Amino acid sequence: MTAASKQPSGAASYFRRQSASVGPARRKRLIALLALMPALVIFCAFWLLPFSRLIVMGAEADRSSGISAYLTILTHRQYLISLVTTVGISLVVSITAVAIAGVAGFFLARHRFFGKAALVAILTFPLAFPGVVVGFLVIMLGGRQGALAQTSLWLFGERWMFAYSLAGLFIGYLYFSIPRVITTVMAACDNLDKSLEEAARSLGANTWQVTKDVIVPGIAPALLSTGAICFATSMGAFGTAFTLGTRLSILPLNIYGEFTNYANFAMAAALSVVLGVITWMALSLARRLAGGNLGASV
Amino acid sequence: MSSSVSITLTQCSRTFAGGNTALQPLDLHVNAGETLVLLGPSGCGKTTTLRIISGLESPDKGGQVLFGERDVTALPIEKRDVGMVFQNYALFPNMSVADNIAYGLKIQRLPKAEIAHRLDEVTRMVDLQGFGGRRIDALSGGQKQRVALARAIAVRPKVLLFDEPLAALDAKLRDRLRIEIGQLLRELGTTAVYVTHDQDEAMALGDRIAVMQSGRIAQLGTPQEIYHRPANAFVADFIGAVNCLEVIGTRADGGLIVPGGELVATHLQGVSSVYCRPEDIQIVPLSQADIKGKVVQSIFLGQTQRLLVDTGGASPLQIEAPSRQRWPNGTGIGLTLTPRVLFHPDKPTVTGNAKEQAYG
Repeated sequence: MTAASKQPSGAASYFRRQSASVGPARRKRLIALLALMPALVIFCAFWLLPFSRLIVMGAEADRSSGISAYLTILTHRQYLISLVTTVGISLVVSITAVAIAGVAGFFLARHRFFGKAALVAILTFPLAFPGVVVGFLVIMLGGRQGALAQTSLWLFGERWMFAYSLAGLFIGYLYFSIPRVITTVMAACDNLDKSLEEAARSLGANTWQVTKDVIVPGIAPALLSTGAICFATSMGAFGTAFTLGTRLSILPLNIYGEFTNYANFAMAAALSVVLGVITWMALSLARRLAGGNLGASV
Repeated sequence: MSSSVSITLTQCSRTFAGGNTALQPLDLHVNAGETLVLLGPSGCGKTTTLRIISGLESPDKGGQVLFGERDVTALPIEKRDVGMVFQNYALFPNMSVADNIAYGLKIQRLPKAEIAHRLDEVTRMVDLQGFGGRRIDALSGGQKQRVALARAIAVRPKVLLFDEPLAALDAKLRDRLRIEIGQLLRELGTTAVYVTHDQDEAMALGDRIAVMQSGRIAQLGTPQEIYHRPANAFVADFIGAVNCLEVIGTRADGGLIVPGGELVATHLQGVSSVYCRPEDIQIVPLSQADIKGKVVQSIFLGQTQRLLVDTGGASPLQIEAPSRQRWPNGTGIGLTLTPRVLFHPDKPTVTGNAKEQAYG
């Protein structure tokens, strides 16, 4: 068959396709709707309904104060302190993790040495642990029978402990935040354009100036986004906090307490919504600043 | 603008981890104020040579880099006072055009007035007035490379280094920027080393060209020397097109018998082949022809056309012909070659000694 004889038939089928798409456009839309149905049902059943119920429930009167639970959070010291503590510790953990792991991640990305693969594997290993195991590890380090207590008992005759305080929580959160930052920073450093550093150096910039003017701006989006994810994870981390003790006043434990111990559903719902909104705001802010791909949409 | 220095490389070799030798021991001297082009295919060692000059790479033990009289072998790039222009521009994306250009000046902690003065001066030189506040990603490729150029010359470096600066641009822009860089280099009088794989760029910009092949300099010379007296078949082939005519026999009067006819070339006795450029072969009536053949293909190039002529040799001859004449395939064609245009890398040419510059 020659090209000349092929062409008319090709053209004809093209026109047929054209005309076919104009007529039953409505039918097409109907099929699309039907195909989307399962997703819509799941979205309504598991997201829209429970979440709107949660929001409404939070607005109901709190059992102890008698006013809306949202207002109670803002007016009662106990809840306000818990809110500030949770946001505060999450912030400090995120910043510390980014600072420590940012440097380490950059070093790992730029240097080749014997056993590097093994070291990276060990460093990222904590990602495999659930929060409860991380809490357990912190207790083994800084608990009543922990390594620190044993050492200080032997040296000074008294048990030093930090596991059951905010310090223990800080260590635990840091422990599972660092691997995330290291892996993200390593990936970001691999994508850095090395000729930018070379250009800066050719213009006389020393190591510190290159770091400040080229490397940090270059990986800033990655630092911001990974920091935001650390923040979000720390805000909602429950297992670690629960293992370390219920004396800690942080939001996830408050929600659990209001819900199970006092059956105060309104307060539990309001705290959940506040926790969710703050976390979502952090993620979306970081996403906007970094222009990257994160969990929350703007 | 700045006092220029010469560059001397002595026994600079470079072996990478894994025993991969990128550069054989190399001696190279770049005169003060001169533009030297390092030309060659990828992997020939031209970029490694440039990086050794810049200080981004160190030569293997025993190698030495001198700027003028000063030994800079141990100095890192930031202490060498070089300006560098990269293929991918390497502009700082978080800074404006003006901040990019002024970066080196700020590093040097020059007074504000001096920075403003120099910024103004170099933006005028690269024709970027009014672009100072722009973001880098709002510039075209050509504008980006001008910014990179301005940034490199703003610090008034002793040596300017170019790493294939035009390779990422389209043909028209490449030609224009090439001319501008040439003017700028003449204006500045700074010693420059320019890496490229583009022979036109090399010819247009280089005071001298070093053609490199597998980690060695195959030939070092002026563009004319490299083109008209290539040191070996590789250089001849890499720079422009070249015809190779096998010598089948020699006549008693010294004429060389080649496929399709014979040539007079008394300076090329005892060679097994002779070389010539396509534009040096003249088309003449068949009755006056030294060599006869048949046109097997004509390629229209606009200004000229390239004819492939079968003379019975291993490969057809390439001939440059005026573009308006028609040469249907199979047409008989008569060719003539003056002795002057024939060369062989191992033999002196009619006009001079080919060996004198060769194998640098």
